[in-house]
Formats: sequence, structure tokens, C-alpha cells
Amino acid sequence: MSEKTFVDLESEIEGTVTRESICLEENLIYQKPIDTLIDTPMHYCPGCGHSTAHKIFMEVVAEMGLQEEIIGVAPVGCSVFAYHYMNVDMQEAAHGRACAVGTAIKRVMPEKYVFTYQGDGDLAAIGTAETVHAANRGENILVIFINNGIYGMTSGQMAPTSLAGMVTTTSPYGRDTSRQGYPLKISEMLAPLPGVAYVTRQSVHKPNNVKRAKKALQKALQYQKEKRGFCMVEIVSNCPSNMKMTPLQSNQFVEEKMIPFYPLGDIKTPEDK
Amino acid sequence: MGDLKLMKGNEALAEAMIRAGCDAYFGYPITPQSEVLEYLARESEQRTGMLAFQAESEVAAINMIYGAAGCGRRVMTTSSSPGMSLMQEGLSYIASAELPCLLANVVRGGPGLGTIQPSQADYFQSVKGGGHGDYKLIVLAPSTVQEMVDFVKLGFELAEKYRNPAMILTDGAVGQMMEPVELFDQMPRRTVFPEWATTGKKPGQERRYITSLHIQSEKMEEINHRLQAKYKKMEENEVRYVEMNTEDADYIFTGFGLGARICMKAMQMARENGFKVGLVRPITLFPFPTKVYNDLGARVKGILDVEMNAGQMVEDVRLSVNGQTKVEFYGRMGGVIPSPEEIYEHFIKTFIEGGKK
Repeated sequence: MSEKTFVDLESEIEGTVTRESICLEENLIYQKPIDTLIDTPMHYCPGCGHSTAHKIFMEVVAEMGLQEEIIGVAPVGCSVFAYHYMNVDMQEAAHGRACAVGTAIKRVMPEKYVFTYQGDGDLAAIGTAETVHAANRGENILVIFINNGIYGMTSGQMAPTSLAGMVTTTSPYGRDTSRQGYPLKISEMLAPLPGVAYVTRQSVHKPNNVKRAKKALQKALQYQKEKRGFCMVEIVSNCPSNMKMTPLQSNQFVEEKMIPFYPLGDIKTPEDK
Repeated sequence: MGDLKLMKGNEALAEAMIRAGCDAYFGYPITPQSEVLEYLARESEQRTGMLAFQAESEVAAINMIYGAAGCGRRVMTTSSSPGMSLMQEGLSYIASAELPCLLANVVRGGPGLGTIQPSQADYFQSVKGGGHGDYKLIVLAPSTVQEMVDFVKLGFELAEKYRNPAMILTDGAVGQMMEPVELFDQMPRRTVFPEWATTGKKPGQERRYITSLHIQSEKMEEINHRLQAKYKKMEENEVRYVEMNTEDADYIFTGFGLGARICMKAMQMARENGFKVGLVRPITLFPFPTKVYNDLGARVKGILDVEMNAGQMVEDVRLSVNGQTKVEFYGRMGGVIPSPEEIYEHFIKTFIEGGKK
């Protein structure tokens, strides 16, 4: 049986769908989380994974009923304004220090949920020390780590997670590992630490991956509820603007180049602990 | 009257922190102030539930202060010069986000790794900003162990009154010396938190966020105006200093903290030798007691400023005096403490013998 094309579908529904009818509850196929995500245009570039990551995480927060129980920490980088979109109490940390800020919030309010939302420059370069020590202390927080292998906000410089050979504005001839080091697999690095409960690597470049990433975020907050320890959900993502690609091309890059080096799936679960 | 105890400066500071109802301390070991964290680790959690947390670095510690202060908690950190340098970035963020907190810098000789001996060479860093941007700390300078205790209470009060970081600027000698102190009674830890604190979104209320980022320059200027207005209010209302023997004085000795304490002895020597010397000791280094220097400058023959540095506060004294009288400086650096004798000799040489020429 051949799948229906968009043209088939269009002719099939023509006349039956109106501007009003598509907004009916039973016809909705996409909905923004109503209260946890603020209804405002985001500053992210078209096709960027941040907006998807924000959305699914705020869905999780809404579904688990945690809006009043959670405090977030925004990083420095493209997602510096996360607090303009996520409708929960938040703090904006200095570059790299989100895990230190998150540690303190959790320590003074252990009954609350705490998350940080950080990019690869923030978490894996300038904030490596804070990240490793928060993980090693088993801080009962969730770290959402968006890894797109490039500095977005400062416009395309080499990140610690840039792939070998990857062209960036500060590695214009491609990342030369003999001079610029190797891409850092933070998740694999943290997983062996006894304080770490859950580390998983996900992506948001395809619908199925989005679903899996959402499930991982759900699990991580459940583990936080159970006081299992440090949880990190790495999301391998794109950066169409700085990769000088269309959104589709950048998602293909994620699929073909990023994921082979940063394989998806659970790296550590509380059962492995 | 509270408890009377013989205590080391750093331990008295820690004890005062617990009694002031502090919720959390975040710090990193560095000589000469490591006793603070050690004392708290032994005492705080058992007595009041106050968290005493050893961070992985001073950089982490100051950002933990940001996080906990942002939750409306009463928080404090302590460090010594090199560590305090590492905290400057975080302090700038804290000042910009208007988070109240208290710090103590138990200063050691610098620059660089320097020495572990007492110094006052971090005056500029503490009073003039230290980190980036236009901001001010409330800076308190204790000269006794008793003041280490009193200024913890005062520091928290001022920090919370103005939503501004406050700093106790002390030195390795005051931190390490033992003196009798009267301790204030245990204060309760707070159970109600400020309306700006991020403690979880309240139903029917706007979310709260703590930030120092305002991309629009007009908005950032507005924030700056607000901060400057606040600093002006501090200058109007919070200036504190001690004056001794100034009524009949021909000359004034001045200094802060330990430097001023040594000046007291030098002043006594001068008085015994028939010279009418008075003393001014600022307690708040910011806001600076500009007026008292300006007033005295109009009627004394000279001011000798003594510091354990190359001459830092003396710049503010000269600005305050505004050329009305001669302001001389005497200082020792790198962890060396001046003796009352050498201060007195310098006074004689500069003002009495030099004055006859």
C-alpha cells in the first residue's frame, strides 16, 4: 500500500476543513504547552533545535505538574534568554557557572526541582570544572546540555565539541586535533562518576527523536524526585546559521556527522549505578 | 549582655554568622581564613541547620552565593586576596542583579600569590569596584575581633536594606588574633523570603527571574541610574567612622582596620610628647566619610595616612581634603606591619622637622 502524498491529503480534506475547524480540540496535532511556555516569538534562528528543546521540556514540566516546584538556571550563549520563554522561576548564571548556581539553589531548597540549561561552550569549555564537580558530588539536579558543536551566540567559533576537521570561524581550515585538541565527549566522561545517576544522549532533529528526548527529560525529573543524584540529558543539535546551512541541511549534518561521533541512547541509568 | 568569649578573629566571624541567622556559607580554603569554613563545618548544621559548603573553587563559591541569594537566603562567603580576585566577576553579577549577600576578605600581602601575612592592599579592589562595570560594595573595615562579630550583623542588615553585596575588609592579623568578644544572641533563620526571590512560581503570579542582562542600552542605562541612586543613598545615610581627640588636634592620623589601630598607639606617643594629634578611622570605606576629612582639612596643619599598602585610601582622603591641608602617607607593604614607633618617627620627620624648614 502506497502512502498518501500531501497532494492526496489536500484534495481529500478540501472543503471539509475550515479556518475554524482546524482549531478544534479534536483536530489539534500540535500544541504549545499552554502555561509553561510563554506565548512570545523566540529569538532563535529558524530551524534551531533550542526552540524544540524548550518546548518539550516545558511540556514535561506541565505534564508532571512542576511549574511551581521548579527553578531553572539559564546559561550564557544562545539560550541566555531561556527565562523569557520558560514560564518558571529562573536565574541567569555567569558564563559556565550554571551548575554552581544550580547546586546552591538545590542545597538551600532541597524540596524543589532544579535544572540548568546549557550549551556546549558554557558547559564543556568555560564551565567544565563546575559541571564535573556538581556531577561528582551527585548534586540532585538536571542538566540539559545542548551540544551543537559550535558557539552560536558569538557567531560560529570552534567549541570543545566541534568535530575533528569541522570548519568554524576560529578553525577556518578545519579543526586540527593535533593543535586544537579532540572533541570532548562530556557525557561519557561524566558517566563513570559514582554521583551520576542518569546520562543520556538524545536529539531533536526528527519527530521520533523529539519523542525520545522528551521521555528522557521526563525520566530525569522522576529520578530527581527519587533523589537518585546528578542527571544529564545531552541533546545533539544543529546550528543552521553558523553552519551556513539550511535547517534541513543542518539536520542532515546532525544525522550524518554528529550522531556517528556522539551516538544516541542511554549512557548510564540509575540501574547501572 | 551576650556571651563573653576569648576568640580568634576568623572563628568569631564564623560564630557571628551562625548567630546572625545565616542560611548558607559557600567557601574555598585559603590562608589566612580557612578557620571560617572549618569552624562552620563543625558547628553550623548541628546548631541552626545552616549549610556550610566547601566549593571546588572561589569561582564556584561566589556563583553559589548568587544562586542561594537569588532564592532570598541570607548567605555569606569569605576568602583572602587571590581568592577574592577570582570572585570579582561573580560580584559584578551579584551587584548588577541586586542580590544581598555578605563577604569577608581576610587580606594577605600581594600582588600575585604574595604572602600569607596581613596586608591592606585590596582597598582599591574592594572600594573602587574590583569587577567590571559601575558598581559599589558596602565595605566595612573592622579593627578588632569584636568588630568582626558586630560587622557580620551590620553587614547583613545593610546588604538586605539596599539589596547590595556588602564586604568586611579585614586582614590576616585581625583574622588570626585572639581577643575577648561579646557575642550577640542567636537570631532566628528567616522563614519568609523576599518577594523577588526565585523560590518557585506562585500560582496567579508572574514568574520571577534573576538576571544582569539587559541587551537594550537604554534599559541598561536605566539600571545603572537605579544603582547609582542607591549608592548615593548609602552615601547620605550609612557613613560610619570613629573620631578620637580631634577637637583640639593640630594633626590627624588616619587609617582603616589594623592600620588605624596601630595609629592609636602612635597618637598616644605623640600626645605624650606634647603634639596635639587626633585620629579618624573610617568604619565604612564605601560609603567613605568624605565630610569629616573635608571639615578637619580646613583647620588642621596636616594629616598622616597610614596603611599596609602602597597608599590606596590616601587617594580618597586627599580628594576629601581637596588641597586644604597637607596629606602625607606612610605605608608598609607585602605583609609587613608598621610599628607605632616608625609611624611616630615618620610624623616627626614629615610634619615637625620638615615643617620647620
